[in-house]
Amino acid sequence: MSNAASIGIDIGSTSWKGCVVDSKGRVMASRIQESDPRIKEQTARLLAELMADTGASSQVPVIATGYGRKQVEATRQVTEITCHTKGCFHQTGKPGVLIDIGGQDTKVIHIGPKGSVLDFQMNDKCAAGTGRFLEVILQRLRIPLDQVGQHISSKGEGVKVSSTCTVFAESEVVSLVAQGARVEAIARGVLEALAARVSSLAGKVPEQLPLFMSGGVALNPAMVAILAEALGRPITVLDNPQLVGAHGAALSGGG
Amino acid sequence: MMLRRMQYEFMKNAGGTFLTGLQRYQAFKKRGKRGARPPFGPPLESVERLKEIMTRYYFTGRYADGAVPVAWVTSGFPSEALVALGYHLVYPENHAALCGARRKGGKMCGAAEEFGYPRDICSYVRTDLGSLLSKKTPVGRLPKPDLLCCCTNICQTVLYWYRALAKHLDVPLVIIDTPFIYGEAPTHHLEYVRGQLDQFIEVAERIGGKKLSPEHFVDTVKKAQRASSLWGECLATGKAKPSPWSAIDSFFHIAPVVTIRGSDECVDYYQMLLNELTERARKGVGAIDNERHRLLWDNLPIWFLVRDLALATAERGFQFVCATYSNAWAEAGSQIDPSTPLDSTARTYTSVYLNRDLDNRTRSLIQLARDFDADGAVLHSDRSCKPYSVGQVDVRNRLMEEEGIRAMLLEADHNDERSFSKEQALTRLQAFMEAFDE
Repeated sequence: MSNAASIGIDIGSTSWKGCVVDSKGRVMASRIQESDPRIKEQTARLLAELMADTGASSQVPVIATGYGRKQVEATRQVTEITCHTKGCFHQTGKPGVLIDIGGQDTKVIHIGPKGSVLDFQMNDKCAAGTGRFLEVILQRLRIPLDQVGQHISSKGEGVKVSSTCTVFAESEVVSLVAQGARVEAIARGVLEALAARVSSLAGKVPEQLPLFMSGGVALNPAMVAILAEALGRPITVLDNPQLVGAHGAALSGGG
Repeated sequence: MMLRRMQYEFMKNAGGTFLTGLQRYQAFKKRGKRGARPPFGPPLESVERLKEIMTRYYFTGRYADGAVPVAWVTSGFPSEALVALGYHLVYPENHAALCGARRKGGKMCGAAEEFGYPRDICSYVRTDLGSLLSKKTPVGRLPKPDLLCCCTNICQTVLYWYRALAKHLDVPLVIIDTPFIYGEAPTHHLEYVRGQLDQFIEVAERIGGKKLSPEHFVDTVKKAQRASSLWGECLATGKAKPSPWSAIDSFFHIAPVVTIRGSDECVDYYQMLLNELTERARKGVGAIDNERHRLLWDNLPIWFLVRDLALATAERGFQFVCATYSNAWAEAGSQIDPSTPLDSTARTYTSVYLNRDLDNRTRSLIQLARDFDADGAVLHSDRSCKPYSVGQVDVRNRLMEEEGIRAMLLEADHNDERSFSKEQALTRLQAFMEAFDE
């Protein structure tokens, strides 16, 4: 008999994340893949894989989160805000402020002592200050996302990129390149612009609490370091940061 | 003129009634008998009457110009004298809201933008100018005005909006300038507004070709005051648990007190609505099946989203029980004193919700939340209405820190769905609601 207690899936704009947890909330199996626009097919395929890995039956509840959550048949649909909070609290067991920079939006969540959402901030309607912003601009600079740390100049050497609007920033970068600015200096400028944007959201939550980070952008050490610089406080990147939302969704299975 | 007047009266009395009867029959055939549709409770019976009144109002309007004097007025304009002088009134804001609720706001805003009106202007303004310039409206036709009447008590944008209308339509414009109130209105402000009222009435008499009869004026003021008071009583029934109707319902039922206040029909309507709501409250009939949390709404409705909003909240047992927007109409009109009609009109219309300082407004909002026992608040940060949205972050903090009421800002636009991201907004709202049950 399988120990699988619930399955959480997080269908984001950039990647599909899913995991199966046991009755203690421990991850038994997981999948992370680039998002396919055919959400239903991808979900069916990956769910079948997860179930095969863990022996989970079709009776095991499936909790869906992320932007694609309404597209799939699930036992429950819960927002990413609640799921990231649950996933974070499961790991840390303490109150804090969680920064989740996803592909489409950025959230700053104030987590209370009992692991509930006390308050949250999200970016505005556009992709300013999100993973997508980083992706688009770094692509323009021909810097692979996972190697950005090796391609940025030192602190104080970055050029100023004033816009965090993805479209405007891209044209700003084009003109900086045309003016002969160093690619490394522009890359740092871009990361600093994103950090400024995120810290303006984080500025609205209490200062004394520890900072945690989840979401795909947390895998990027250079970005985390620049964000910590901008906030003037250390940031703890959660284990397997991309999976925090799906894990939190699975943990919502009992409620 | 005579023929046109006969046609107008016929349409008002016979044509309008026939049309609304036909509409009702068609709706009945399409939908079958009205019953409760979970998660909502049984619908309000008065809705049929409301539709009838508003259909007749817009239908009659098509035949008004050339028959009776016509004025286009801002929602906060002291319109009682115009009603007493026999004007047919058009409220462009109401018309824009109607376009918005039918999801035509974005398209009409786009039409205004084609004529050079930038996207930063209020979407009511763009909807109406777009409608005027593209000659398209879901109500068939709006009558051409003889007079434009603008009162700055709701915002300063109306000033520029009505100047643009005056230019496009080539008709005279009356402006009533109401100084912004910090604390209490000083006497010289009220005298200043009162002076403008006197001048406005002279202009309205001249253009309408008729002298204002003091008795008729007082009678109209009394009816307007009565309708506003009844409106307030209707809203107050929402204090019952469960609330017999929602603030979202009130966004629609507000239409008569805006457009036809001062008439018997308006008073009768709110008396009917009040009777129904009182009865529902007495029997414990709620607007939704399972009212677990009670929310306050701040700012204008998001007209194109009201149905989604009602469903998203009702499904989770959340109910909007009060709204500063609906309440503003009860707060103001009910204070007119028919024994001093002009002085009290000056005071009332100068002291409307949006013409008062933030501290005053916050106090009034908090009192509303307390009176209706709200445990949550959604503050619509309206891209198109800055006077209403400024200060909401402070309001939110005060609600949370001083009152222990959870509050969120919902970024949207009241009429332009192009300036809005539905998925993100509804996710935000859902996360806000999830936090109540953690």
